Amino acid sequence: MIEMTQCELLIVGAGPAGLAAATTAAQLGIKTLLLDEQQAPGGQIYRAITETPVKDRAILGEDYWHGASLVEPFKQSGAHYQPGATVWAVANHTAPDAIEGFEVGYSVAGQAHMLHATHILLATGAQERPFPIPGWTLPGVMTAGAAQILLKSSGMVAGKRTVLAGSGPLLYLVAWQYLNAGIVVDAILETTPPGRLAKALPHIWGFLRSPYLAKGLKLLREVKSRVRIIKGVTSLEALGQDKLEQVRYTVGGKTETIAVDQLLLHQGVIPNINLAQAAGVEQRWNKLLLCWEPVVDDWGNTNVEHIGIAGDGGGIAGALAAENSGRIAAYEVAMQLGKIDRAQRNTQSTQAREQLQRAIRGREFFDTLYQAPDQFRMPTGDTVVCRCEEITASQVRETVKLGCPGPNQMKSFLRCGMGPCQGRFCSVTVTELIAQERGVSPEEVGHYRLRFPTKPLTLGELAALPQTDDSRKAVIRMKKPV
Amino acid sequence: MFNRLPDTQQAVINRPIDLTINGVVVQCREGDSVAAALIAAGFSECRDTAVKEVPRGPFCMMGVCYDCLVMIDGQPNQQGCMTRVRAGMKIERQQGAREVRP
Repeated sequence: MIEMTQCELLIVGAGPAGLAAATTAAQLGIKTLLLDEQQAPGGQIYRAITETPVKDRAILGEDYWHGASLVEPFKQSGAHYQPGATVWAVANHTAPDAIEGFEVGYSVAGQAHMLHATHILLATGAQERPFPIPGWTLPGVMTAGAAQILLKSSGMVAGKRTVLAGSGPLLYLVAWQYLNAGIVVDAILETTPPGRLAKALPHIWGFLRSPYLAKGLKLLREVKSRVRIIKGVTSLEALGQDKLEQVRYTVGGKTETIAVDQLLLHQGVIPNINLAQAAGVEQRWNKLLLCWEPVVDDWGNTNVEHIGIAGDGGGIAGALAAENSGRIAAYEVAMQLGKIDRAQRNTQSTQAREQLQRAIRGREFFDTLYQAPDQFRMPTGDTVVCRCEEITASQVRETVKLGCPGPNQMKSFLRCGMGPCQGRFCSVTVTELIAQERGVSPEEVGHYRLRFPTKPLTLGELAALPQTDDSRKAVIRMKKPV
Repeated sequence: MFNRLPDTQQAVINRPIDLTINGVVVQCREGDSVAAALIAAGFSECRDTAVKEVPRGPFCMMGVCYDCLVMIDGQPNQQGCMTRVRAGMKIERQQGAREVRP
């Protein structure tokens, strides 16, 4: 455990954005600390890159192994690194001296710690978009990303009777990685509605110049030639008593049922915004990706002075974009901290800027093609919306009819979003359901107000913090003068 | 059911880590998360939920969903996917809401 109580730059998250930013910042002479929740660097996209038991490189593919090229320079850079660290608070008012910047609370192995940071860069990445279908809470139903994490970090693959369902590149990537590992999934239930390609075609020019094009098409061809793909799925249900037993789906008005042991769901990813939002970073509704995302400028700055964001946590753009946005943000921080001047920032970041532009080419095409369909984002009836508090779609819809206008009021009625995940798996759904019921836009409905601690924290953990004189005085009863 | 790839299975045989899951001794691989060890041992469920007390299993495997909460060495509400296995660890199914203890 590196006990560091003061740094110039605190970076949260050791995925591509955080690793690249930390490396660049430390190389520029910034006293940098990287805190990451996982036990090893890589984030989710390069999960377990330094320790994966999957040694045959062909299984996970070269795009995964690119992650290793970020780790070595990071280790050499002089940046400090604390794995297994969960940041739960960022406050800019409570540091003893303004010059010490933000006071940050975090925990490592159930023990709370505090540190001060002049500047903070959030590189908290993305999470799976909620996929609220009937039965998605049954054991045996997982996200496709979870299956991929099991493969990367533990060398585990789903056995017989496995179905992938949803839309988006990750679904096919998992199917392809499974093929490389000798596993043919029973089916891919593709939910992309017909007509989407025509809608996406105006963006084809960018896609044709995308660095992903050739690799992406090869991967699709391989999966399509070996896996049963069922297109145009319009409804999806996971069935079972105490665990998943069957998947029921509808195509062209015809309903079929298959016996399954695993259902792996995916319909895109959304930014992991809880920490940014609780720190006061302004959020906007992305109409194409249908999610909240922080408002970030070209240099990673937000409306909160000295809090920057890099990578997918600032808007979904993928791993290569994340890496380069991390570097760009590090040059910006270096300028703000007086390590380099504006001209140096501009010159030194040129290459990262060019690579970022290249990496995001073709995103509109993908984003339009794979936008999650309405019926899989805005459920009805008994489908669970809030997994933690077990609140259903009809409960949310009925509460709107009673006059509840937004997600924060909804909490008082239903407790939705108030369980341990703190709204991470229901926030976008609840906002969209309320918007749909009220006939207004998601922007007008707004989002959960998120507060610190942004991850569950026990009182015991907090109480273990060292006490300051001020904190002692705050609770000691002074003797009355006689 | 999830299976280990041959290389990984060999790692379990070469350097097994013994755990107890709901009273049953199972072997897993050094570096596994508790949630991965549960899944590898055939436990797709890890707890009963706090509200409706229905079975739930690991869902996101990345620390976001809090569905893989288990009792670890008597401590309730531990995230299985965020905790690495240790030899001798006792993992138990978490039943309903945790109790508030002195």
